[in-house]
Amino acid sequence: MSALTARQTAATDAPARHPGINLGHAHREGEESREEMVFGFWVFMMSDMILFGLLFATYVTMLGGTAGGPGPKELFDMRGAFFETMLLLVSSFTFGMASLALKYRDDRRALVGWLLITLLLGLGFVAHELYDFHKMFEAGGVPSRSGFLSAFFSLVPLHGLHVSVACVWLIALLGQLAVHGLDAQTKNGLIRLAILWHFLDIVWIGIFSLVYLGGLA
Amino acid sequence: MSRRMLSNAEAQERASEQRNYLWGFALALILTLIPFGVAAYADWQPLHLYLLIGACALVQVVVHFRCFLHITLSRNKREDLQLILFTVLILSIMVGGTLWILFNLYYRMMPDMLP
Repeated sequence: MSALTARQTAATDAPARHPGINLGHAHREGEESREEMVFGFWVFMMSDMILFGLLFATYVTMLGGTAGGPGPKELFDMRGAFFETMLLLVSSFTFGMASLALKYRDDRRALVGWLLITLLLGLGFVAHELYDFHKMFEAGGVPSRSGFLSAFFSLVPLHGLHVSVACVWLIALLGQLAVHGLDAQTKNGLIRLAILWHFLDIVWIGIFSLVYLGGLA
Repeated sequence: MSRRMLSNAEAQERASEQRNYLWGFALALILTLIPFGVAAYADWQPLHLYLLIGACALVQVVVHFRCFLHITLSRNKREDLQLILFTVLILSIMVGGTLWILFNLYYRMMPDMLP
């Protein structure tokens, strides 16, 4: 009972301590370490942003280097790119709902449900991307064909690899949830994974705009 | 215990955070549909199309940072925002330099590489 009153009297507009969702006063345990961990993770995200930004620049400088091989118009498929964009966008939203379930509900069912939907969408994205690459290979668009294709295959699959690793991490966190329940470490993991997930969606905005729409325009 | 009892303030906070995510999703959806729709169905000049795609992408990035990653202009989160801005500064120096040098090189020595 005392815990409940403490929750009720806690100021709800507490200052935010880190990027991503802030769990607030109802989740006091592990709060000091959480702030540092999330900030460290944020620094890592920023270094990842540099990496992706430079690969974008490399891609742009290689746009003319098709060496007589297939170019964007022969290889890219707008429907596939649109489908992948939607999968990733909806998964970002469902992860947001999972974060809210983590913050405001104690039962794990809503949280696990949203996380499973997110996982399915993420896996669907990776599967569809692999299918797209397969079609590109069949049309002669292999990484060794030209500088343009090498640059493409260092940029876009790197994002896909990030999403795949995020899916593995999500599965690991679901296992942690099942074994340890919602303890401080699991919550920290979920907050950081949410940041990674939303960040990967931001990188995808660049990919679908510059690579796919820019290539097909 | 199925559902945590939320105080009034918490319930309000929850509603406002949920609205935040819904707004983010709706805006991101619109900002995705516009460039895809125009690129697929409208017959625009390439330059106008590039400008539209770029503008929509920029706004969508800001929407994602604001609504999904909760980076706002409020005082206590300045560090995160400053990190983003610093990263953007570094990126613009490196990306701008790369593009400048390589396209200048192409222009002078390898005109075939100009797209």
